[in-house]
Amino acid sequence: MEIVEKIINGDRRAAAKLITLAENDFAEAEDILKELYNYTGNTLVIGITGPPGAGKSTITDKLTKSLRKQGKTVGIIAIDPTSPFTGGALLGDRIRMQDLSTDPGVFIRSMGTRGHLGGLSQVTQAAVKVLDALGKEVIFIETVGVGQAEVDIVKVADTVVLITMPGIGDDVQIIKAGIMEIGDIFVVNKADKEGCERLVTEIKMMLDLNRNGQWHPPVLKTIATSDFGIQKLECEIRHHLEYLKESGELEQRRRESTKKEIFDLIQEKWKEILTNSISNGFLDEIVTKVVNREEDPYTAVKKLSDMLIYSYTQGGKE
Amino acid sequence: MKERKIRVLVAKPGLDGHDRGAKVVSRALRDAGMEVIYTGLRQTPQQIVESAIQEDVNVIGLSILSGAHTHLFPEIMRLLKENKAEDIIVIAGGVIPEDDIPELKKIGIAEIFTPGTDTHDIIDFIRKKVK
Repeated sequence: MEIVEKIINGDRRAAAKLITLAENDFAEAEDILKELYNYTGNTLVIGITGPPGAGKSTITDKLTKSLRKQGKTVGIIAIDPTSPFTGGALLGDRIRMQDLSTDPGVFIRSMGTRGHLGGLSQVTQAAVKVLDALGKEVIFIETVGVGQAEVDIVKVADTVVLITMPGIGDDVQIIKAGIMEIGDIFVVNKADKEGCERLVTEIKMMLDLNRNGQWHPPVLKTIATSDFGIQKLECEIRHHLEYLKESGELEQRRRESTKKEIFDLIQEKWKEILTNSISNGFLDEIVTKVVNREEDPYTAVKKLSDMLIYSYTQGGKE
Repeated sequence: MKERKIRVLVAKPGLDGHDRGAKVVSRALRDAGMEVIYTGLRQTPQQIVESAIQEDVNVIGLSILSGAHTHLFPEIMRLLKENKAEDIIVIAGGVIPEDDIPELKKIGIAEIFTPGTDTHDIIDFIRKKVK
């Protein structure tokens, strides 16, 4: 396939176009992605996550510069929210990465969430593959600014860096479930702000109670705008990767990630089949019945599923 | 799941620091359902073209108030051609004298929106141009 050929030979435009296609019409992109899959699996995926304004873009920028000095090529997928009201988005992560845009060893792609509020979608996974095939050795996924429960990144990344900052809540926030459970490395950015030491201590205490794995997530202080702590962070990322390889967890994580991807793809596929096969008029009829209390929604759904399964097993006709 | 979205790169070439206009336009395009990649101040032509390629945008919107458009715009158009990306539509806005407009259109800038333009005109123009 010509486009696949182009991408593995480093054609940036072809790579960019394929990501767009995956965003706009996944079914059509699938045919290309199928072939592209043979050229993937050679990259390290680092997830950068944390609340809005914590410094994810700036830290990604600094880490990338540091990796570039060592000659490594880098791909960045920067995600910002899509408006649920208009479908539009303002993607502003490049502002913090201006110097990187002319570096031929770096490829940055901004993406809107387009309705996937868990933070990541099948399209993100596809974009990772495209940048992987394009030859990028390290790929950063910078998530949307997350709140508490957007933990999808953990299923895609090899290493998750959770960035937070002083002044965004009391100590109970830290022991809440969700986001604070997913970091392999914790970073308290804007460490020159008041409350930094306390936050570091609180995170450490929280982590002390989690002794379930062999890996104890380090808690680092950074001031990203002045490069303070960036080298240490890079060192810890490398450290974590070594641990993943030695312990066999890398293989296990990638297995989990693949499992999740397959599951997501099946769900999407079936959602599409369902949307196509339950014509609106038909659904309206059922809705009317349920609204009028002639039938309960659970029985209605059971009947519908049985019908669909039947039509698919009998010659696959809709 | 087919959904085609118009992607627009909004960039400010040149050395002036006035980004109010670029932000207002970005916001308007966002509200019109487009994906706006906002790149910030003081972008070189190389940065703008390279970003536009990586982001695979349909449109580049340039905002300039420094007076350097006659110098910077031709360079942007040249780089687009060099990268075989001349299919990307380029529009511009800001302080651009009437007299300069014909020349800029001749080098391939699709439209110039001068101060006082209604943001709806920009939205309509983009929608019509991007098929």
